[in-house]
Amino acid sequence: MVDKKKLVDLYTRTLKVRLFESKVWDIFGQNLIPGTLHLYLGQEAVAAGVTAALEKTDWIQSTHRGHGHVVAKGADMKHAFAELLGKATGSCKGKGGSMHITQFDAGVLGATGVVASGLPIAVGAALSCKMRGTKDVVACFFGDGASNNGTFGESLNMSAIWNLPVIWVVENNFYAMGTPIKWTCPSQSIAQRAEGYCIPNKVVNGNNTLEVYEAVVEAVERARAGEGPTLIECQTYRMKGHSRFDPAKYRPKEEAEFWLSQDPVEIIRKIAIEQGALTEKEADKIKKKLEKEVNAAAEFAIKSDYPKPEEALEDVFAEEVA
Amino acid sequence: MTEMTYREALKQGLREEMQRDERVFILGEDVGKNWGGAFKVTKGLAEEFGDERVRDTPISENTIVGAAVGAAITGLRPVAEIMFGDLITLAMDQVCNQAAKMRYMFGGQTSVPLVVRTVFGGGKNIASHHSQSLEAWFMHTPGLKIALPAFASDVKGLIKTAIRDPNPVMFFEHKLVYDKKEEVPDEEYTIPFGEAKIRREGADVTVWGTMFMLHKALEVADELAKEGISVEVIDPRTLVPLDKKTLLDSVKKTGRLVLVTEETKTGATTAEIAAMVQEEAFDWLDAPIVRVNAPDTPVPFSPPLEKFFIPDHKRIADAIRSAL
Repeated sequence: MVDKKKLVDLYTRTLKVRLFESKVWDIFGQNLIPGTLHLYLGQEAVAAGVTAALEKTDWIQSTHRGHGHVVAKGADMKHAFAELLGKATGSCKGKGGSMHITQFDAGVLGATGVVASGLPIAVGAALSCKMRGTKDVVACFFGDGASNNGTFGESLNMSAIWNLPVIWVVENNFYAMGTPIKWTCPSQSIAQRAEGYCIPNKVVNGNNTLEVYEAVVEAVERARAGEGPTLIECQTYRMKGHSRFDPAKYRPKEEAEFWLSQDPVEIIRKIAIEQGALTEKEADKIKKKLEKEVNAAAEFAIKSDYPKPEEALEDVFAEEVA
Repeated sequence: MTEMTYREALKQGLREEMQRDERVFILGEDVGKNWGGAFKVTKGLAEEFGDERVRDTPISENTIVGAAVGAAITGLRPVAEIMFGDLITLAMDQVCNQAAKMRYMFGGQTSVPLVVRTVFGGGKNIASHHSQSLEAWFMHTPGLKIALPAFASDVKGLIKTAIRDPNPVMFFEHKLVYDKKEEVPDEEYTIPFGEAKIRREGADVTVWGTMFMLHKALEVADELAKEGISVEVIDPRTLVPLDKKTLLDSVKKTGRLVLVTEETKTGATTAEIAAMVQEEAFDWLDAPIVRVNAPDTPVPFSPPLEKFFIPDHKRIADAIRSAL
């Protein structure tokens, strides 16, 4: 049974990601963000549910659709916004941008623009947790599309033979860019693929933060107890298209209507209120507070300076030789 | 000093680093006690340090390197072995997109202290998938350091430096040098990256070469000395960082340069070195720079074909004479 404090946390995390991403969409519309971005809107319950089950010292490995993961894990929103804007105050000093948004001291190992390349890194991080004798775990996010890459098989296999503390978190939003899962996965289920690697697995409603959280808590317990990896398939849906110029017209109307009616923020808010963790008024108060934080963070980023051009030459190599 | 093979010196360097620093571990295909590495470099280390620190992996090159990246950024010092250099093609994403770029892309938040060891080169009649020399690909990727020791005394000091370096180091060996013997200092020592070694002093022409070709170039230099031709031979030891000064000083002294590697010619590291020298020492050159490389074909199998492919003593000697 989840206590009330945790329910408030789940609601707050989910909402925080929503407000961050809504603001990103807003300033993107003002043409303040260079390049492209892959919004996390609609998938908030996954990042919130997973990170709520982790400690600060645990790691996450993120994807090209990473804003939600890092914000939920506790990255500083000022530096996150600034990174999206390519500012010197960005968490990656403006060298990474949207697809590489990362904050190490918040437990984010990296966000990668190469689909499925985060899985091997999570294997190594989990191996390191085990070899160094910590109780830390690694949650590795990836999409349904990534499960068709070779590293999926390689990494699940290695995590299983070495009994590593990894939680494989599949965000199945049913589309790899515009390609529906029914064209790419014979079983339609990513969880089923874990069977071949003898990895315990579960399918959850990825729009329900509480359901995600409960599944991950169980997986984290197994991992910390030295019982190895778990794969959790979170079925969810993008509110927007894949990236900047994608209106997602390829999605069947009925399917989109159903999923867009399943708003992760509304779902967790309803649960928290029904279970007596929050009143409507308290929920609104949290929202107001978060809105203020998000707006201030965005303002900080917008007012920040760009890096000096010659800073492009820095950070290729680390200098210190141990 | 003890005379030992390149293989033994390399193993000694690995062993000393594993003794010195418990964060150091080895992973790769068949590196453990059943085999000890395809070229026996790690033989005996699993018995000494255990299966956890000398870790056999499945045949999953991309994840071997990726796991090394993940371990490196979370506090360990992995040494990943890729059984043959050709197979590193399977791990190019983790080498070039992840290990090489991570520090930069994340604005210096992390460094990636890992070593990827692999073996290049032909001469064993094992055809196109086990014989290539691909060092230029990595020299072209910002963020990677590259060591390619050709001598036993260097390989021990350079592997130790590679393991202690906070950056990803590509450590390239050559199949035909593992059995070459040399006097190796018994004491603990490291060799800094970016310091070339003048393997032979000479006055008439500079020869710059790597890996097994360096051994051939030295033999050719001995032969040519009998004809009164004085050849200076330079071993870069690391391509990144590159010791430009030693090479440029030599070229300024001799006025002539011959570059010898086993790579196929187009886009080889010799192209980069030639361009660098003409940019920075053109006025000192008395003759065009001559390059000796393999032809632009995959590495062939049949002995006469492979023999034709790999630069031999005659081609190197002819190139040196043509530069005079």
